[in-house]
Amino acid sequence: MAKKSKHTSWDLSPAPESTGHVDIKKKYDLFIDGKFVKPKSGKYFNTINPASEQVLSSVAHANEADVDRAVKAARKASGPWQKLSRKERAKYIYRIARLIQERAKEFAVIESLDGGKPIRESRDVDVPLAANHFFYTAGWADKLEYAFPNRKFAPYGVAGQIIPWNFPLLMAAWKIAPALATGNTVVLKPAETTPLTALKLAELIQDADLPPGVVNIITGEGDTGAAIVNHKDIDKIAFTGSTGVGKIIRKAIAGTKKKATLELGGKAANIICEDATIDQAVEGIVNGIYFNQGHVCCAGSRLFVQESVYDEVLEKLKFRIESLVVGDPLDKNTDIGAINSKEQLHTIEKYIKAGKAEGAIMYQNNCDLPSKGFWCRPTLFTNVSQSSKIVQEEIFGPVLAIQTFRTIAEVISKANNTPYGLSAGVWTDKGSKIFNLSSQMNAGVVWANTYNKFDPASPFGGYKESGIGREGGLHGLQAYLKF
Amino acid sequence: MSRLEVLKTYKIYIGGKFPRTESGRYYTPEQNGSKLGNICLSSRKDFRNAVVAARSAQGSWANRSAFNKSQIIYRIAEMLEGRRAQFIEELIKMGASKAKAVKELEESIDRLVYFAGWCDKYQQVFGSVNPVASAHFNFSMYEAQGVVSIVAPEDSALLGLISAVIPVIIGGNTAVIIASESMPLCAISFAEVLATSDLPGGVVNILTGHEKELIDHISKHMDVNGLLYCRENVPLSFDENCEINMKRLSHLYSTNWSSEDLENPYLILDHLEVKTTWHPIEQIGGSAPSY
Repeated sequence: MAKKSKHTSWDLSPAPESTGHVDIKKKYDLFIDGKFVKPKSGKYFNTINPASEQVLSSVAHANEADVDRAVKAARKASGPWQKLSRKERAKYIYRIARLIQERAKEFAVIESLDGGKPIRESRDVDVPLAANHFFYTAGWADKLEYAFPNRKFAPYGVAGQIIPWNFPLLMAAWKIAPALATGNTVVLKPAETTPLTALKLAELIQDADLPPGVVNIITGEGDTGAAIVNHKDIDKIAFTGSTGVGKIIRKAIAGTKKKATLELGGKAANIICEDATIDQAVEGIVNGIYFNQGHVCCAGSRLFVQESVYDEVLEKLKFRIESLVVGDPLDKNTDIGAINSKEQLHTIEKYIKAGKAEGAIMYQNNCDLPSKGFWCRPTLFTNVSQSSKIVQEEIFGPVLAIQTFRTIAEVISKANNTPYGLSAGVWTDKGSKIFNLSSQMNAGVVWANTYNKFDPASPFGGYKESGIGREGGLHGLQAYLKF
Repeated sequence: MSRLEVLKTYKIYIGGKFPRTESGRYYTPEQNGSKLGNICLSSRKDFRNAVVAARSAQGSWANRSAFNKSQIIYRIAEMLEGRRAQFIEELIKMGASKAKAVKELEESIDRLVYFAGWCDKYQQVFGSVNPVASAHFNFSMYEAQGVVSIVAPEDSALLGLISAVIPVIIGGNTAVIIASESMPLCAISFAEVLATSDLPGGVVNILTGHEKELIDHISKHMDVNGLLYCRENVPLSFDENCEINMKRLSHLYSTNWSSEDLENPYLILDHLEVKTTWHPIEQIGGSAPSY
């Protein structure tokens, strides 16, 4: 779906990625104890392509009995997995990394089909980062004593892991790799709208000859997640998702021995100072909020522009938004793919309505949208205030709220005025200002003159209500060890 | 009719290529009375050529991302696994029993995998942010020394060689190695593994020959930054010559090269420099953290 633009004289021809080499089964069972088994619940649900609303496959809906079976398999595998030499554990994880690299294209296409994200992102970001995460973390398995010198540590045992739909394979990698490297076994539940790459990962784990039960992948909905959280024989919960659900989980494990790592919502401030390189900053704003349709917990959804450059930034930003290509996720020219689900589209539309109702001024890209599927044009709002709903609440869509500031002290207090604290962006040519701002931000990650950068070596996670604990890097290992 | 075996010509490894020694000389090490082959007797000129290759490869090798280096070292392990039979045969030829040869080969592969993991971790573990009293962001990182010459272990043809060279190159150094004199076969076959492992040419260069003939040239060469001596006693002249351009000398010797003591990140740090950077932090907008 090449977009017609009044700003460019050339339209882009369609450049769709082929789907010929991908293998999606009509039906997927639960991956428990190294085998695909039919759910005791007897129930299945459909997963669809949000860009066409066509059914891709039917996957099992695990109930409490299924969760129990998966936890028992993980428990049984736990002893031998902990006793295995740490070098051999590392070699298993390296195998998984290599197999993902070998099958990268298939994973990328399925990720885009099932989740709606542009193929360019799944190909260049999600899948390589997932492989790299396994590769980097593998090396820690036999080096943990260097990460935590002079401490005695042991794995928790069985980890229950629940992941979201915005980066399905990558989040599975963030969860599984450190758990395995530290000697835990896992029961992982992918999100109900995007289960396919996790199930493909299960097939890959079979091919890697990982001992049965070390990784169990079960699909389902919210009730399945709840059954994992509440299962008595799970030692550790790792959850990525909304702050709302995070709070329910935190309450559910209160008074138990379970530990939790929570990676929750965000409402990141992206701060453009007057001495920033404006063109570069505009690219950073676009990447910050419109990357992955804005379905990013660390999306730079609150933009703060210094007054003296506000007009210039706004004009350039509108011009840039107009050139974004919205449409077929499998087209290599697409910048913004499909919204992940009908429910999420409704949520975003509700917020756009609320923004208008509160008197904010909306600007949207002017493109045509496909007739089928779930779509949202890249959107920005000006004339908003600190108390506006669209400034305070996480939208999880391609919607940007823009405010201005005069002094650095002012922007620091405005940026920190939120219950969230996941990430922040700072744009300035002055290094000393970067270090001032980054030390004042109440955020777990601060990007300076860049945005949405991820690396397996770099820890990620939030302050305040954006979560507890870190994932990735050396620091992410701590979440899976008891000291 | 029996087929005539094609014998392998053992050459040296410089800048990713396999030349013969420019000197045209050879020596013939023996094991239990049978000849191992005609092995290049490398000259001073060969060593100087190898240093030129190592120097020209060093900058771009150091600039590779840590993650990329990690993948390349892992790739070396993969390629070595794929050539098991060849290495086991050579180790047996050089005097090992079948069981010992298999053990040495497998430990070599696992050691490569162990060190592959350190490429993108040693900086994270040993680098530091230093809490200076002034308003500065002050941090220290490790950087390569440059070209490191290695006199490889005499008594461990493969595992010893790998234990010596891999930690050196992980930190971004390039290396020129003098292989075991009496057991040189695996060193040259290992060069063939390196040549097919995505390791850029010149990062590792391997010469064969007499230690006595080369040792003075190695320690006096002005474009060599570091030395690693892996035999029992460091010759006094070798130690003394370091003074000429302040070469960094380290000594790595073990009577048991399969010991896990040889698996540690300090072997990487031995061949690195510490660089500290100061950067000001602006003192404006100083406000208390606001919740």
